[in-house]
Amino acid sequence: MEQSTFLQKSAPTATKSAALQEPRFVRYTLTAIALLFLSFFIVLPLVSIFAAAFQSGVDVYFAAITHPDALAAIKLTLIVVVIAVPLNAIFGVMAAWALTKFHFKGKNLLLTIVDLPFAVSPVIAGLIFILLFGAQGVFGDWLFANDIKIVFALPGIVLATVFVTLPFVARELIPLMQTQGTSEEEASISLGASGWKTFWYVTLPNIKWGLVYGLILCNARAIGEFGAVSVVSGHIRGMTNTMPLHIEILYNEYQFSAAFAVASIMSIFAIITLIIKDVVAWKSKSN
Amino acid sequence: MSIHIQNVSKKFGSFQALQDVSLHIQSGELVALLGPSGSGKTSLLRVIAGLETSDVGEILFDGQSMTERHPKERNVGFVFQHYALFRHMTVFDNVAYGLKVRPRKTRPPKAEIKNKVMELLQLVKLENFAERYPTQLSGGQRQRVALARALAVEPKVLLLDEPFGALDAKVRKELRRWLRKLHDDFHITSIFVTHDQEEALDVADRIVVMNNGKIEQIGSPDEVYTNPKSPFVYDFLGNVNLFKGRLHNGKLMHGEFSIDVPNTEAHTEDHAVGYVRPHDIQIEKTNIAGTVPAKVSHIHLLGPIVQIELRREDTEEFLEAELPKEQFINLQLAIGDHVFVKPKQLKVFIPEDFSI
Repeated sequence: MEQSTFLQKSAPTATKSAALQEPRFVRYTLTAIALLFLSFFIVLPLVSIFAAAFQSGVDVYFAAITHPDALAAIKLTLIVVVIAVPLNAIFGVMAAWALTKFHFKGKNLLLTIVDLPFAVSPVIAGLIFILLFGAQGVFGDWLFANDIKIVFALPGIVLATVFVTLPFVARELIPLMQTQGTSEEEASISLGASGWKTFWYVTLPNIKWGLVYGLILCNARAIGEFGAVSVVSGHIRGMTNTMPLHIEILYNEYQFSAAFAVASIMSIFAIITLIIKDVVAWKSKSN
Repeated sequence: MSIHIQNVSKKFGSFQALQDVSLHIQSGELVALLGPSGSGKTSLLRVIAGLETSDVGEILFDGQSMTERHPKERNVGFVFQHYALFRHMTVFDNVAYGLKVRPRKTRPPKAEIKNKVMELLQLVKLENFAERYPTQLSGGQRQRVALARALAVEPKVLLLDEPFGALDAKVRKELRRWLRKLHDDFHITSIFVTHDQEEALDVADRIVVMNNGKIEQIGSPDEVYTNPKSPFVYDFLGNVNLFKGRLHNGKLMHGEFSIDVPNTEAHTEDHAVGYVRPHDIQIEKTNIAGTVPAKVSHIHLLGPIVQIELRREDTEEFLEAELPKEQFINLQLAIGDHVFVKPKQLKVFIPEDFSI
């Protein structure tokens, strides 16, 4: 008896009253359109990637993804991610900290600069590094004289990836830190904590989930970045090809099954990232 | 610990938050900084804590300059307006924080920290809430956690920014009395910021009234209330009736009023304003010397106090009077009654560019 009255009471809060609800056919039609759209634009392509990957048989699939060039591409992509994502974490936290906890002149300018990589086309981003570090670039002679390779090598790819993924962490943290304000940090300092301890014990725990979320987005983009990396990589097989570049090369050589096989690996990375993202979003909400 | 504030000025952009403020607070005093929002009271508190640096001026604790000291070295307990509790820490960890972050050399052992925190939580009557998170507490409880946290580091100075601003009236009254007791027990120097005059009058030893970044008046609650030094203080501390008239031969002339104002015989001013508190308005049923006729237009019964709105028949201006209930019953007043009023006490200010 107790329970049933409780259920009755709680029921109206869970669903809206009839007056506020759309007619049934409207709801079903809208849901159907959304589902149709999603399956056409997302599920179908995803399925077709895997279908095309296995088209010539499982042997071809495994041969494609275990090919030395493919393995080199996967390895390179992971190396780039491992370097670029932590760099972005550090930069993102510092930028968000500076932009939200301090008042200074040129704050808006810095905010705009943080957003710049979103506005600039990745191809142009790549070209910037060619212009700076290429053989004919600003630092070209000096780099050549000192035998340092940046473009058409790992450093260039990392630079381009960092540039393109720069805003993700900062953009995620700035609104969060703005709403949280500075009073907890001030409280910490007035209680005798140093700046570093304040950051470690007060700021970081408060932004933890936002940071993880930003890093996941950054990670996804770092794995998939094509344009900027394409310009600076030089497409040297087994050396400077990341996964997206390797897929393009295979595709251009009419090795469709192999191209899709590597693409399926990337898709799996993407799906795993999305799942982690959802878990994090759910966890941060429950916190 | 005594606090000297010497000629402190602070600007935020083009806004002058503090303008040449000097103040001396004795050891063990409980001082209220009272003023409207934007008067600079919170800025002054933050400058004392070191959370803001003054452009000019010095802050001294016990004669030692603190101006260049980092806030973490000032040994000041600061209670923030919205408590600023660490949201991801339990009540226990919040209170323990100040002890836990000390450098290893001066950090007390774990057991000692635990004892100290539990002692403080008992003091603020929250010993059963140690494992709760701030979001699971009521406003009054959070405020007490914030106080316990500030007291954990044994500060010599306790600074409170609108400590009871976000609480409801009853909790507020309880907490401020309790704060007064705490202050006396801890032998600490406390400064609190408030815009609530009642709060300031209730608990402070001294009140510093601030306006536009300057100190308007410093004095005991009684002094500030009964003898305001400026029109602003008069107006800010309680309700007031204005008599805008002319000063002539030691009398303030306003409508049919001609009121003696001592020590003004030498002045003749065309614009003078008399300030009269509602409880200083005398109401009579018969015409006695110095009164003017008025009509009762509203009566508000507020428990033991009765507020009466009157309309003067000479100038058609409204007056507000306050009577104890007993006197009100003796007078047998009703709306529409014709009565005679006069101010029992008034203070005259010559307006410079002050206007209401």
